[in-house]
Amino acid sequence: MTEEPQSYSASGEVGQVRQRRSYGERVWIALKKAPISAWFGMIVIAIYAFVAVFGPFLAPYGEAEVFAKADEPWTVFGGDPAHFFGTDQIGRDVLTRLVYGARNTIGIALATTFLSFLIGGTLGLVAAINGSWLDQILSRGVDVLMSIPSLIFALMLLSIFGSSIPSLVMIIAILDSTRVFRLTRSVAANVVVMDYVEAARLRGEGIGWVMRKEILPNIMPPMVAEFGLRFSFVFLTIASLSFLGLGIQPPTADWGSMVRDGSRFIQFVAYDWTLALPSLLPAGAVALLTVAVNFVVDWFLHKTSGLRDDH
Amino acid sequence: MTTDSDRRGAKGDVLIEMKNVVIDGFSDERWHDIVNGVDLTLRRGEVMGLIGESGAGKSTLGKAAMGYAQPGCRIKSGSIIFDGIDLLALSEAEKRKLWGSRIAYVAQSAAASFNPAHRLIEQTVEATVDHGINSEAEAKSDAIELYGSLQLPDPANIGARYPHQVSGGQLQRIMTAMAMSPRPDLIIFDEPTTALDVTTQVEVLVAMRDIVEKFNTAAIYITHDLAVVAQMADFIKVLRYGDEVEEAETRQMLSEPKEDYTKSLWSVRALQKEESPSDDIALAIKNVDAAYGNTVKVLHDVSINIPRGRTVSVVGESGSGKSTTARVITGLLPPMSGTIEFNGEPLPAALKDRNKDQLRRIQMIYQMADTAMNPKQTVAEIIGRPLEFYHNLRGKKRDERVAQLLDLIELDGSFMDRLPGELSGGQKQRICIARALAADPEVIICDEVTSALDQIVQEGILKLLLRLQKELNITYLFITHDIAVVTAISDEIVVMFQGQVVEQGLKSKILEPPFPDYTQLLLSSVPEMDPDWLTTLVDERS
Amino acid sequence: MHPVLYTVLQRLGLGLLTLFFVSIIIFSSIALLPGDFGQQVLGQAALPETVEAFRRELGLDKPAWLRYIDWIAAVLQGDLGTSFSGRASSGSDASRGVWELVAPRLSNTLFLAGFTALIAVPLSLFLGITAALKRNSIYDRSVNAVTLTTISFPEFFLAYLLIVALAGIFPTLSNVTPDMSFGDRIFKIALPALTMTLVIVAHMMRMTRAALINLLASPYIEMAQLKGASRAKVIIKHALPNAWAPIATVIAFNLAYLVVGVVVVEVVFVYPGIGQLMVDSVSSRDIPVAQACALIFAATYILLNLMADVIGIVTNPRLLHPR
Repeated sequence: MTEEPQSYSASGEVGQVRQRRSYGERVWIALKKAPISAWFGMIVIAIYAFVAVFGPFLAPYGEAEVFAKADEPWTVFGGDPAHFFGTDQIGRDVLTRLVYGARNTIGIALATTFLSFLIGGTLGLVAAINGSWLDQILSRGVDVLMSIPSLIFALMLLSIFGSSIPSLVMIIAILDSTRVFRLTRSVAANVVVMDYVEAARLRGEGIGWVMRKEILPNIMPPMVAEFGLRFSFVFLTIASLSFLGLGIQPPTADWGSMVRDGSRFIQFVAYDWTLALPSLLPAGAVALLTVAVNFVVDWFLHKTSGLRDDH
Repeated sequence: MTTDSDRRGAKGDVLIEMKNVVIDGFSDERWHDIVNGVDLTLRRGEVMGLIGESGAGKSTLGKAAMGYAQPGCRIKSGSIIFDGIDLLALSEAEKRKLWGSRIAYVAQSAAASFNPAHRLIEQTVEATVDHGINSEAEAKSDAIELYGSLQLPDPANIGARYPHQVSGGQLQRIMTAMAMSPRPDLIIFDEPTTALDVTTQVEVLVAMRDIVEKFNTAAIYITHDLAVVAQMADFIKVLRYGDEVEEAETRQMLSEPKEDYTKSLWSVRALQKEESPSDDIALAIKNVDAAYGNTVKVLHDVSINIPRGRTVSVVGESGSGKSTTARVITGLLPPMSGTIEFNGEPLPAALKDRNKDQLRRIQMIYQMADTAMNPKQTVAEIIGRPLEFYHNLRGKKRDERVAQLLDLIELDGSFMDRLPGELSGGQKQRICIARALAADPEVIICDEVTSALDQIVQEGILKLLLRLQKELNITYLFITHDIAVVTAISDEIVVMFQGQVVEQGLKSKILEPPFPDYTQLLLSSVPEMDPDWLTTLVDERS
Repeated sequence: MHPVLYTVLQRLGLGLLTLFFVSIIIFSSIALLPGDFGQQVLGQAALPETVEAFRRELGLDKPAWLRYIDWIAAVLQGDLGTSFSGRASSGSDASRGVWELVAPRLSNTLFLAGFTALIAVPLSLFLGITAALKRNSIYDRSVNAVTLTTISFPEFFLAYLLIVALAGIFPTLSNVTPDMSFGDRIFKIALPALTMTLVIVAHMMRMTRAALINLLASPYIEMAQLKGASRAKVIIKHALPNAWAPIATVIAFNLAYLVVGVVVVEVVFVYPGIGQLMVDSVSSRDIPVAQACALIFAATYILLNLMADVIGIVTNPRLLHPR
């Protein structure tokens, strides 16, 4: 045996080792380095969340309260100072509708997204671990469902079941869960082949433990990012359906239907651009939130993928 | 050819001179030094070996000799003068005139480095024709000659094929022909044989060495394998963590290395376990046939006996069935026929039919410690889980036992709450060993456990395994392709080839002549720390 | 058989199979209708005999598989059934054939989508390729930020923004009629086409850029650079031959997206296309029309993806030149 190199000891061994930091420290460092777009997104999301939660306290009037003057313009364009954003076609306060709309539209979209993750995520995990006939059946079924464009599929199903909030949530959640299934399955499939999962199976661990302890923690980052993307997609779908008159039905306040209600004046926009505002305002509210979510997700993906394309 | 003496200086002139080169790379949102101030001088007709472990910066330095920094890296300071030209002062377009005409590059992964869309000969002559060095017709007939001198089969037609139609060893030789086609002054070989099996490696090494000699081309040969570089290079430069350790002539470096670090590079080869025979069989594999998906049969009538408290090494090249054998033993791949006996009792074939105690007695350690540990669990959780699962130890008792195990693998208690990402390569493999030990196993299957580690770390792990065997009387089944490791750790050796056992016996018996043909080929192909080894081997074989 | 032909046929077969399953799904939706559906369509005043006759016409008295065969046989002959609208409780039937309703709308939609694709595809390929080549430049970063914003916008928001900005120049209602001249039609659809172009370009440009960057990271591209090939040569000779499959996928994906995105945009601009028709038929629960529209959308979608796959297969050197 040759002489021991003096420098060597197991605990003193270095290499490409990540510095030790607590979770809080890491989050803080990441936040400090976040680009302006991500900060903008997070602030916008926080404001929307606040408005959605405390809507009834913030709104000046009741959700369906009707006032005498319909189609009142914004205060700044000479309208009644009591209605900052004017009133709609039957005289409801637009600001109030907007605040309640946040609560309804975001709430329904969130519930739908959770449901779709529950369905798609669970099945995707099971398919990835099982990997045999069950995976085949689920994957082929999802292929077929996904070969029908989801908005079209949703429209067709709505024509059968009619537009109520429960059927809306169910239909969109099930259609969207196909995307969640695909992502979960492919991310989890990458983890399932890892040696540590094999090691757990060799130890004799049950499928539940493998799923919860070995796989789930390791697929969280892409799943969280996907949740953001799916939420903004679901949110847009619901808004679009409401805009088409097939989503959330009156008198429930919601942004998509507000856009639709405002569109009566579209021919006259060429003569007075403020006539576009009743549509543009709720549409802008939808757009701002999806942009914010996308900015945050974009940054988060960039942060966690390890595949930085700025090399 | 219009290349020759008009632009080529005399042998012995300085061809490339690098001074105080600093290169850094961007990762984790900041710049890190990869190479910190290395000098390099290479004369015409010389071959320099650039050797070091992963993270030594050898590849980065090699590419810098072309004036090239890969994406995400930059050459921060220093000077690189190639034949009187300051490479760092050149524009991209001017550098491109040198690349593929006067400096050529041979990459590690030939399979990925050939464009799948074009025929091999088109790619071989592309640079030569583009740079106007030769006409297409002449370059092609020259390429066919090069194929011939590189010992490629059917040189006249092999170029008409596409990359996916030829084998890895052939592709690597065709890439050498591609580099040689414009008759460059300098070729950079970047780990050209690392991805090849040893028997293929020998052929490629011979072909490369002969052709470099034939055209008297200067070359930089990058590798982590000292024995390989000893065959190829006139002198060797050792790098570590981006710094130069030492540089010397090949023979001198091998006979009297100055630095401890350099010595440690072949210290594994000096490790040698005294074999001791035993008839007390712990695990017996009896007449096993196995197949993936009931179609491709990968094991044919494999029988192996593993004596208690001893190490049996299974050696063979990729595709020999050695890893499949491990999967059969663990129950992941139930055999088509044959049995596994443990302490004389047959083991259920499938994993799900084995009870906890049977599972506990056979543990496994993997090649890549990185992927063998859940990155989201701390060391205490990783080692603690088998303690909970098999021995029902919880809370304080469990933590005490974890600390004991850490002590056993020469790490201290401060490692308990670390995540795998916060450990070095060797430490990770030690934690995996501790996890296996936590089960109190009788047999541990070690699947290439040292091949992803740097030499110096390998030695530490092997010593640890030997010590544990002595203290705990553990039986090892050691799967490896590395003969040096086999010598270091085994009592018995099993040689496998194409799913069959070629030979089994005590180490001394297997490693002494007479050899069966395949064992002979395999053993003789393992490069030795002797600069004349390749020459001698070629003489013997011809 | 040559592997390319084999793989293409295999893929075509799979496409047909998918279409078959999709048609079953779309068809079986009618089986999910609530029992009193006939009453709903014909009105509360309808006589039981009229409702019964209507149910018989729908074939609700026959087993489902038999109805499916009848339906699919009719669809294959171009007969998409009759619309529910125009039926009265009295039993008089002024309903029109579905195909009669769908055909002019379909050609309008194809006109709008085709016109958009003609602008959007070359534009986004150009933007995507240049952004990938000038990665991390100011140009790349700004294109990235703009497109990330645009893809997050709902189509109707973009549409209203464009209306506010351009209402003085282009008409805000795209009510084209069959007797219009080609030039008039283009003028009328300027705003919807522009809206869809913005959405599609953002998506397609980002995907092209990502696919290309992925490709440019291959070791053989680095090898080509180290052989001294010029930038143009690296792109044209080394990247492009391997880029057809990803580019075809990107284009097909976005054309398919175009087909769906058309629904909302048609409604905003009151464009008489098939999307608008589908929305109307869904609100009036005119199932045969909704089914026909869904089938047409799904078939287009499947066809586009199939084409991308086939292009990927016939340009794959590993399949073209088997071992």
